Amino acid sequence: MARQVTLNRRLINTAVAWSLGLLIFFPILWTILTSFKTEAEAISLQPSLFGFDWTLENYQEVNARSNYPRFFANSVIIAVGSTLLGLCIAVPAAWAMAFVPSNRTRGILMWMLSTKMLPPVGVLIPIYLIFREFGLLDSRIGLVFVLMMVNLPIIIWMLFTYFREIPGEILEAARMDGANMKSEILYVLTPMAVPGIASTMLLCVILAWNEAFWTLVLTTTQAAPLTQFIASFSSPEGLFYAKLSAASTMAIAPVLILGWFSQKQLVRGLTFGAVK
Amino acid sequence: MGSITLKKVAKRFGDVEVIPPLDLAIEDGEFVVFVGPSGCGKSTLLRLIAGLEDVSEGVIEIDGTDATEQPPAKRRLAMVFQSYALYPHMSVRKNIAFPLKMAGMEKSAIKAKVDHAAKTLNLSDYIDRRPGQLSGGQRQRVAIGRAIVREPSAFLFDEPLSNLDAALRGNMRIEISELHQTLDTTMVYVTHDQVEAMTMADKIVVLNAGRIEQVGSPMELYREPANVFVASFIGSPSMNIITGAPAAEAGATTIGIRPEHFQLSTDGGQWRGVVGVSEHLGSDTFLRVDVEGVGTLTARAEGEFPARHGDTVGLTPDPERMHRFDAAGLRIVR
Repeated sequence: MARQVTLNRRLINTAVAWSLGLLIFFPILWTILTSFKTEAEAISLQPSLFGFDWTLENYQEVNARSNYPRFFANSVIIAVGSTLLGLCIAVPAAWAMAFVPSNRTRGILMWMLSTKMLPPVGVLIPIYLIFREFGLLDSRIGLVFVLMMVNLPIIIWMLFTYFREIPGEILEAARMDGANMKSEILYVLTPMAVPGIASTMLLCVILAWNEAFWTLVLTTTQAAPLTQFIASFSSPEGLFYAKLSAASTMAIAPVLILGWFSQKQLVRGLTFGAVK
Repeated sequence: MGSITLKKVAKRFGDVEVIPPLDLAIEDGEFVVFVGPSGCGKSTLLRLIAGLEDVSEGVIEIDGTDATEQPPAKRRLAMVFQSYALYPHMSVRKNIAFPLKMAGMEKSAIKAKVDHAAKTLNLSDYIDRRPGQLSGGQRQRVAIGRAIVREPSAFLFDEPLSNLDAALRGNMRIEISELHQTLDTTMVYVTHDQVEAMTMADKIVVLNAGRIEQVGSPMELYREPANVFVASFIGSPSMNIITGAPAAEAGATTIGIRPEHFQLSTDGGQWRGVVGVSEHLGSDTFLRVDVEGVGTLTARAEGEFPARHGDTVGLTPDPERMHRFDAAGLRIVR
């Protein structure tokens, strides 16, 4: 009886999980499928899921009209650059908060997180003016800086949660064993924190890759990443859904593949500290 | 070489003084145990010696030189932590080798030392395992191995056995004592378990609220406790503390009688009371006896004593072994 209940529950859980998963993934699947349709089929009032004439002409067209590698390179530079710069600032910050906390640490962390609740458009004017003043508009360095600032609270929080799980006694043991600060970081702290740093990096690269507000507002051509690449197919000659879908698929494919191969790390990073 | 001297050492966290200024001398080769209840400052005192906490005032001398400002690595001390604090990403071999690697020793010399330590501590079969694959006792041995390969001036132990089960704790206690005899190096050992203190120490330092209550050999503390706190803390089961009329009769504010210093009888006796709980261990019998006008007393009889719950028994304290304390709780010297 108990086994029956368990089995039923497991079946229900599996069905619910798959349904939710498909529901979330459906827009992406639809975009990918549409990218292989002709424009006529893409806007058909009776769309078919798989039963259409598969074509690669949208991809050919998109490649012919745009310089995909340049957008791709910009996306890589901005996502990776902002993540690395963010880590350089967040690692010492999270370290200090985890291992040398003061009675204000909690407040500082909450304040940092609260900045994520601010709608980006609220600071659009000042940021835009600063960028214009310093000649940073449509520059990769400017975008790296802004996306680093946007993701910094998340990086610090994730690393803080991770570092807090490293017992302080192990670091003290290293100190007793004769390790100086450099050896302590190199031989003890870093090897223990590598999984946490890696998951944080992955998440931040994905977040920066997908960021659309600042990348669309602050770039036009030189520093334009893949979000601009998608946007460039959305307007001039009316909506061409198939080409737009092909552009979107090309933009999300790298990060989708990255996410698929690193899902274990991502889940571990996001749930770390939740379960002992 | 491993003498440690504390001169007027104090520790404050903000406005809270956890250790008021204290003096302590630990001789070379001594096994000194800091004992006291939870929160008495014994671990803090050990961490001050280790250099893991900064002293608020005072001087710490190791081997006659001022080490107060020295970082932990420079003090030539090795520490074994309560949680073992092994490096989880390193094998047993790498854990034990770590301090030698930090000291810049040659690989062949490191290997020889690690192999020797592993053999001494029965760890040779587990040398390539990681800490996560070891039992509590084995982990503790690795932690000790990591400490001994450095050949430090002194070993510091911070409640190293409290995570082990009772049987293993007994074995490790003997192993650490044997290690002390073999190495003949100073050991400073923190515990809240007075049995560990009594069985292992050359010298016990009893701490209470950051203050040193008494320093002495285990038997000195047992025979001549300086005050009521030490009297009730040292000894198992703890000393019976009696106030009121029976104490006044003995010319003191408080008297203390150890459970083993009563003469038990089925009839007669100075005090008569009813047995509440009786524990028959074969080698000993422990009785909890309610005596009117005196209180609940614990008494121990050697071997089997025929008393059960509800029986009336007689208790006669040995006047030669009765401890008397004044109104301030201090020992009244005969």
